[in-house]
Amino acid sequence: MIDLFEPFRSTTAWWTIAVGATTNVACALVGCYLVLRRMSLMGDALAHAVLPGLVLAFLFSGTLNIVPLFLGAVTVGLLATFLIQSLHQYGRVPADASMGVVFTSMFALGVVLVKRYLSGIHFDAACVYEGLLQFVALNTVDVAGLEVPRTLLTIGPVLLMNILVIALFWKELKISSFDANLASAMGFSATIMHYLLMVLVAVTTVASFEAVGSILVVAMLIVPAATAHLLCDRLSYMVFLACLAGVLSAVGGYWIARVWNVNPAGSMTIAAGGLYGLAVLFSPRYGMISTISRNLQTSLRVTCEDILAMLYRVEETDIQQRLDTSSAVQALGGGFVSRWGISALIRQRQIVRTKQGLQLTDTGRSVAKSLVRSHRLWEAYLVQHLGLPLDHIHEPAHRVEHFIDEKLRHNLEEAVDDTGRDPHGRDIPNG
Amino acid sequence: MSPPALEIHDVTVAYHRKPVLWDIDLVVPEGKLVGIVGPNGAGKTTLIKAALGLVPLASGKVEIYGKSLKQQRNLIGYVPQRESVDWDFPVTALDVVLMGTYGQLGWFRRPGKIQREAAHAGLEQVGMSKYAHRQIRQLSGGQQQRVFLARALAQDARIYFMDEPFAGVDAATESAIVTLMQSLRSTGKTVFVVHHDLQTVAEYFDYVILLNMRLIACGPTEVTFSNKNLQATYGGRLTILDEAAEAIRQRDPLR
Amino acid sequence: MGTTLLGATAGVVGSYAVLRRRALVSDMLAHAALPGICLAFLIVGARDIFALSIGALATGLVGLLLVTVLCRWTRTKEDAAIGIVLSTFFGAGVVLLSFAQRHHQGNQAGLDTYLFGEIAAMQSREVRLLLAVGTLVLLAVFALHKEFKVLAFDPDFAASQGWPIFILDFGMMALLAVVTVVGLPICGVILMAALIILPSAAARFWTNRLGPLLLLAGLFGGASAAVGTLLASPVPQQLLGFNPLAFGWHPSHLPPGPLIVLTTASLLVVSLVVAPQHGIAARLIGEFRLRARIFREHLLRSLYEMSEAELPALPAIAESALVDYRSWNRLLVDWQVRRAQRRGLVELQDGTIRLTADGLTTAANLTRTHRLWELFLVEYANIAADHVDRDADDVEHLLPQPLIDDLQRRLAEEGRLPLEPRVDVPPPSMPESPHELEP
Repeated sequence: MIDLFEPFRSTTAWWTIAVGATTNVACALVGCYLVLRRMSLMGDALAHAVLPGLVLAFLFSGTLNIVPLFLGAVTVGLLATFLIQSLHQYGRVPADASMGVVFTSMFALGVVLVKRYLSGIHFDAACVYEGLLQFVALNTVDVAGLEVPRTLLTIGPVLLMNILVIALFWKELKISSFDANLASAMGFSATIMHYLLMVLVAVTTVASFEAVGSILVVAMLIVPAATAHLLCDRLSYMVFLACLAGVLSAVGGYWIARVWNVNPAGSMTIAAGGLYGLAVLFSPRYGMISTISRNLQTSLRVTCEDILAMLYRVEETDIQQRLDTSSAVQALGGGFVSRWGISALIRQRQIVRTKQGLQLTDTGRSVAKSLVRSHRLWEAYLVQHLGLPLDHIHEPAHRVEHFIDEKLRHNLEEAVDDTGRDPHGRDIPNG
Repeated sequence: MSPPALEIHDVTVAYHRKPVLWDIDLVVPEGKLVGIVGPNGAGKTTLIKAALGLVPLASGKVEIYGKSLKQQRNLIGYVPQRESVDWDFPVTALDVVLMGTYGQLGWFRRPGKIQREAAHAGLEQVGMSKYAHRQIRQLSGGQQQRVFLARALAQDARIYFMDEPFAGVDAATESAIVTLMQSLRSTGKTVFVVHHDLQTVAEYFDYVILLNMRLIACGPTEVTFSNKNLQATYGGRLTILDEAAEAIRQRDPLR
Repeated sequence: MGTTLLGATAGVVGSYAVLRRRALVSDMLAHAALPGICLAFLIVGARDIFALSIGALATGLVGLLLVTVLCRWTRTKEDAAIGIVLSTFFGAGVVLLSFAQRHHQGNQAGLDTYLFGEIAAMQSREVRLLLAVGTLVLLAVFALHKEFKVLAFDPDFAASQGWPIFILDFGMMALLAVVTVVGLPICGVILMAALIILPSAAARFWTNRLGPLLLLAGLFGGASAAVGTLLASPVPQQLLGFNPLAFGWHPSHLPPGPLIVLTTASLLVVSLVVAPQHGIAARLIGEFRLRARIFREHLLRSLYEMSEAELPALPAIAESALVDYRSWNRLLVDWQVRRAQRRGLVELQDGTIRLTADGLTTAANLTRTHRLWELFLVEYANIAADHVDRDADDVEHLLPQPLIDDLQRRLAEEGRLPLEPRVDVPPPSMPESPHELEP
């Protein structure tokens, strides 16, 4: 029996997860706004564009100290943002192309700088992409008697900063994300918010590099936020859920990495992607499964109502006549939904199966009555207000009748002249 | 008795499951200049798009000269609304008009001499020959509209659908366009025009379709463009239709 | 050579992507290719470029389909969908890569090169593949030129003509995917997108037509690729008899990818500044000239207004009076007055200015035009937009003749109508900006 929890049974594991989780949450916080502003790819762009900044900072400061690296990243990040805006506004280059132009050029510059000046130093290209999460727990610093990974000391404050900025500027960020023009009109400069957000992205990106590398930063920025977007309708919930998704990805990813002995950062990305996939399918309001199930339910309801209405009309013509099951199914066009509908109705005691065929119960009859009432009222409405000819009203009414509730029926009654007879001369059953 | 140019049977069009056109039923004979009139949001553009097969029909069908749209595409010319165009696209006026001939050319073939001549003739007809090689951003609103009109002419169709061709256009261009439409009609073509200016309807069109989510009336202008019908068209939306539409959308909430 | 063709093809196909606002899809395709490459490697067991390319293409296309599905059936917007697919696929690729590294020591040397691109490892077989694919793609683009054109420009119109929009679109993206995949070993994942976007962005500054744009994008792409490759490898440099050490350039075996990108980027910057119509330099110069002309015309008009009371005699006007009349910058006035003198429009004498006969005519025309406009705007503002064809050059062509006659008559009544132009002096053209009406 495989011990599923084996990977979690060491302090190394927990510290690694902690670093991963902190990184993910810091990214998710900022990422929510990127996703809402439809600037997800800006996160991608910045993550790549900061490379030359990092190299230059390293060259100038001569150390891997985090502060000059941050400075380098922020400067270059702001520069990149500015270039992208200007290229778009003054160069008339389309927005996405200007992003592509700027960040790839800057990244190319970064690569050239790296290969030219840093080739002496051990600089594994891959780690720029993938990060070194597997090693973070080894590189520790003593803090109050606890062996804390150095990376956590970098990313931790960044997380706090992100939380602080977002809390402080909550409503400004909300408004400018929703409608930049409105925000500017109200006095919150949308441009400043934009640059502020970009600065946060740049800083978070750099802080996350060591853990997850540049490409995966993009994943951490966007994917949990997109997952949260599918699950809720309020900004506060979305931010919370995004952070939760970030933490879960960290835990799940670590587990995958340990069990299959693969790169942990990549695994966290896959975990995040998996969560997104689950949301796409199962989100209560927006998921595909929910939608399909809702559609099926509506189909079933419509079919049931059609059956009841049909039986009612049969009764109208001849109170004694019954319809047997197979004729009923055939009249509805066959298919399993009709059979299913009949069974459902029998279960709900709206019809019963007798020797001669199907028969409405009292409950069933009153439901059928409302339906037929809706149908005939709608027909009257179509004739009177839309001027449709008599032979064109049955089909439309047949489609719409299932969506007419009591309130609408009431409005129809007021709109229609004669609520006793429908345009074909038949009785409209009273409600 | 030739089949009518356009026949719309019991067409309902829904947008995100919400009906925006209800049970439209109309017949228009050929050789008419037809104005499509109604308030904002009435579904005029939707009607044209439904006729062109650009939006799916929730119910009903559309027939052009008695046959389905698929069989008759080569008989149709289309002038879409101007807002949707990308003005920075690297095309000249002549390029745009040439696009009208693509349908006739079929796959892989390039526009040849015949098509170029047709394109130049189209530009000539709208008075834009001088501007054939200008990029479209450099043209004024009226000139852009004329170019798109020329494109439709190059399609050499029998039925034309034009969506708000007079929007944002100066008076001289407007009268030039109307003259052009009238000459089209005199050769037996049918022209459908979404129009927003009530003052000029009686003057320009001999047939009119009044629309406000449902068909109010369709027929010759003298009898159909009456005060009673206008009141019904512009007298506000039918709340009941709105309520029913919302109910349908809610019970069937697929984005 | 291989890279040149690649660059050219990428430039051409990329133009369509940019025009369709799908520039970053190429980035996604490049990243999404990684898991395919690793999977193909794991299945085949060796670095066979053909198999790896097929794998890359497969996952790239899957990514493409996924983006479309996500956009159509979920709330997720296009940019987020691209980002999600890009990063998760790449993450999967990274995982597979580490898996391959741990379990297949040795054989996977070179999988890493997909990240940054290395041209040295290219064998002739691979070059042949590159050439074949490149040619096919270019042929496809050439054959479908008009279909892609109308699809990119006006999809609604294209749909109404009966073109199968979805298929054409997917075809265009598939071509993009093919080009991306083929270029990956050379450029690496990130920089491939640059090869696709940059040439067409640069080319756009030089032309207004699609055909030339595609050609130029191809040219730029091919040229930068060639230059970048040359810069990267020491061999061609030696062949050229060119001693780079003399220039302090150490052949430090830089990968070609970044160099190609930087070359293209420099082309872009140059185009941005220098290009005749859209370039910044050209636009600034044009604006400057326009302002100078406007100033000139205001100057003449002011001279006319200051002389009007004493017509037909031409008074001498002190330069300082002119400067004060409109509170202008003295240097500017000086400069333009001298220019006017060179053209025979004014006479300068002891710090005073006097209009010549020619100058009077020109100034009168300008003033007449200006006053007609003013009167028109004041009187007919409510129907201004209806009657104005904004692109016409002369006021005589902007407004209907009966209206102009009426306005002239009214000005004459007020005593404000300047002299009629002489027939042998051509009327000046209208400056566009001050008289442009808002719609």
